[in-house]
Amino acid sequence: ILREAVAECSNPVLLYSIGKDSAVLLHLARKAFAPGKLPFRLLHIDTTWKFRDMIAFRDAQARELGLDLIVHTNADGLKRGISPIIHGSDLYTDVMKTQALRQALDAYGFNAAFGGARRDEEASRSKERVFSLRNAQHRWDPKRQRPEPWRLYNGRARRGESVRVFPLSNWTELDVWLYIHQENIPVVPLYFAAPRPVVERDGLLIMIDDARLPLKPGEQPQIRTVRFRTLGCYPLTGAIESEAASVPDIIRELIESRYSERRGRLIDHDGPGSMERKKQEGYF
Amino acid sequence: MTVRPDPGAFALDSFLDQQEQKSLLRFVVCGSVDHGKSTLIGRLLYEAKLLFQDQLEALMGTAAAASGAGGTAHQEIDFSLLLDGLVAEREQKITIDVAYRLFTTDRRKFIVADAPGHEQYTRNMATGASTADLALILVNAAEGLTSQTRRHSLIVSTLGVRHLVVAVNKMDLVGWSQERFDRIEADFRAFAADLDVADVTFIPVAARSGDNVVNRSPHMAWYRGPTLLAHLEQADIAPHDEQPFRMPIQWVNRPNAEFRGYSGLITAGEVFSGMAVQIWPSGRLVRVERIVTAGGDADLAVAGESVTLTFDQEVDASRGDVLAEAGAAPLVSDRLSARVVWMSEQPLTPEGRYLVKAATATAQATAGAEMQVIDLDSRRALPSARIANNEIGACVLTLDRLISVDRYRANRATGGFIILDPESYDTIGLGIVEAADTAQPRARIPAAPGPDGVKRLLTRTHESRLRSAAKALTWRIVASLVAFAILLALTGSVGIAGSVALADIVGRTILYYLHERMWARIAWGNQGTSPPAARSC
Ligand SMILES: Nc1nc2c(ncn2[C@@H]2O[C@H](COP(=O)(O)OP(=O)(O)O)[C@@H](O)[C@H]2O)c(=O)[nH]1
Repeated sequence: ILREAVAECSNPVLLYSIGKDSAVLLHLARKAFAPGKLPFRLLHIDTTWKFRDMIAFRDAQARELGLDLIVHTNADGLKRGISPIIHGSDLYTDVMKTQALRQALDAYGFNAAFGGARRDEEASRSKERVFSLRNAQHRWDPKRQRPEPWRLYNGRARRGESVRVFPLSNWTELDVWLYIHQENIPVVPLYFAAPRPVVERDGLLIMIDDARLPLKPGEQPQIRTVRFRTLGCYPLTGAIESEAASVPDIIRELIESRYSERRGRLIDHDGPGSMERKKQEGYF
Repeated sequence: MTVRPDPGAFALDSFLDQQEQKSLLRFVVCGSVDHGKSTLIGRLLYEAKLLFQDQLEALMGTAAAASGAGGTAHQEIDFSLLLDGLVAEREQKITIDVAYRLFTTDRRKFIVADAPGHEQYTRNMATGASTADLALILVNAAEGLTSQTRRHSLIVSTLGVRHLVVAVNKMDLVGWSQERFDRIEADFRAFAADLDVADVTFIPVAARSGDNVVNRSPHMAWYRGPTLLAHLEQADIAPHDEQPFRMPIQWVNRPNAEFRGYSGLITAGEVFSGMAVQIWPSGRLVRVERIVTAGGDADLAVAGESVTLTFDQEVDASRGDVLAEAGAAPLVSDRLSARVVWMSEQPLTPEGRYLVKAATATAQATAGAEMQVIDLDSRRALPSARIANNEIGACVLTLDRLISVDRYRANRATGGFIILDPESYDTIGLGIVEAADTAQPRARIPAAPGPDGVKRLLTRTHESRLRSAAKALTWRIVASLVAFAILLALTGSVGIAGSVALADIVGRTILYYLHERMWARIAWGNQGTSPPAARSC
């Protein structure tokens, strides 16, 4: 899938979100083009609200692997002070993620973008293609998605249009961890259980990663042993209580878990069909 | 000191072994509307304990919301809701496309392609079936076989699905009657006798109550076969015969001057270092030097693996070429006889211009005027001037260049292709190669030195007359200048040397040209190109 996109699209980019799926994607890409170097750049959309550990990990990886990494932030949104705490997850996600991504894709003229999304994450993704066509406004039109028989992917797009490419479509969360284990792929330490300061909010455990998180009346920070199944912006990402401190621990926990991984994501719960709507607007 | 087992030491290694040994079964589910397909898939996921708590809660929430605020929110779960991911579809109460769902049991991993039975069913089902090893066909016990059942079965077998499971659903509605079940089985067997499939299995189920889906039904003691899930877990889908090595070149890996590798996915057979392979369409014979992977060189690589190969010699191979085991050539042609499933509002016509993408090769294509459309009910091929959306037809596609394919029946990965609109680049059709015209190609096929090194005779020359004359002249000037220099040195006379050289240039140029033209007509000893005799696999 990776090679096919590079062969058919003139200007591809890998959307690097620092999480476990991105780590696997990056690893696969490096393997696909070995012994050569990656024939594309990496793009990280930095909302400025990512966990500090994520940014540290990103920079260390870029240095170690010699990655050609672009970091883009929506400067306008930053100036307007758009924050997940004041403006709510809907507007914040739109401005700091969706709009930011469009800006970067347009600025660099990327016509193909690799992402780590998987079909097992959320119901609306089961119909997503491996090569997903976006129009010139980066919108996803459910009626103009291309059939994908066999392994014949179609990465061609008209000028202005682009494709999003999801090489991990048919992987499950368990597949991802098994592969991380097998290939010894480094991931952000936040995936492993450790004592961390958290508050309970809307049924989620939110980690206090810096001083920007205002406490609501009655909220008491407490130290709990937690880890994250999915990583995003810290005020929107719930931790789970867990003792799993290593990859094998996580694999075991996963086998026994009764909850799906996106449960810890606030933005998936913005209302029925919220993910589908975000996707049509150009969210990854 | 108490010795207690480390709670963290669950048997990871044996778990990993088990995971690695798990095979993957891809199956497509087909059924007419309301035969209970969504309920059945939801049931499979639920009963195999594969639903997460939050997904169930969301399902309960939807159930409560659907029954209205004041309504009695009766809590029987409607499993079909689990499958509807898209808001637009849920509102219109239809599923419009193929959805893929993943689940795993202790024995196998599954990818389920759910192709809905609505208007676009032919194209959706063909897409879902293209990658499926097995098809699960739902029949409503109360209705028996319908024309839809027959159509679905025909589509999946056309797309090369060799194993069928007929789930006779809603057995509760027919009083769990064995007679009814046997009747449906007999009907289906009669119909399927001449379908191109390896086996058909019949299982009586009730999706809503879960009878025989995962757990044995208490109502049908007369049925002694496996439950549906048990059958899916053990169905034997191994390919029946060994296929020769195929690897379409996807990407030429050239990081520096020293390394030149050819990357691709092995679609059939296996390759080992030292193996003789041919590069098609040129037919060039090379030996595999290294099998390069990121984790180090391998000695052997098999179908399903993505690798990079290097050869023992510098060759001119590129994306779109197909590597094949020496002596097991693919079909090399620019005229494909194909079955086509059309997927666009604009029908396939002889006037249209198209792109064909087969494996990694892309060519421009037009369709011949003699087309047929298959009538799915009578299974007859009827002459037609076009192939319309959602129809299955047959036509001959003429390409602007040679490509290397296989008959679909012999090899799905190199026998299937997609058809694109050259303007929008949308995928507007899929095709399967039934035969390729290799006898009289329009474009010339470069000759292949076969594995035995046989040299083919040249029957036609490629030197133009002008080129022969130019060659004669340049050679003569060089030779005559040398002659002039020698004569000058021997005689010391510019006059003698000059006039001999001039006579030499004129006279011998004419002689050389005639000689060259004579040779150009003689085939013997030539290794160039030729239109070879019919070549097929
Ligand atoms: N009596 C009975 N009804 C069933 C059974 N399975 C499904 N149904 C019902 O048949 C209807 C259609 O089911 P659905 O799964 O939506 O069908 P689909 O259109 O094929 O996906 C629903 O009302 C189901 O509750 C069964 O085993 N017995």
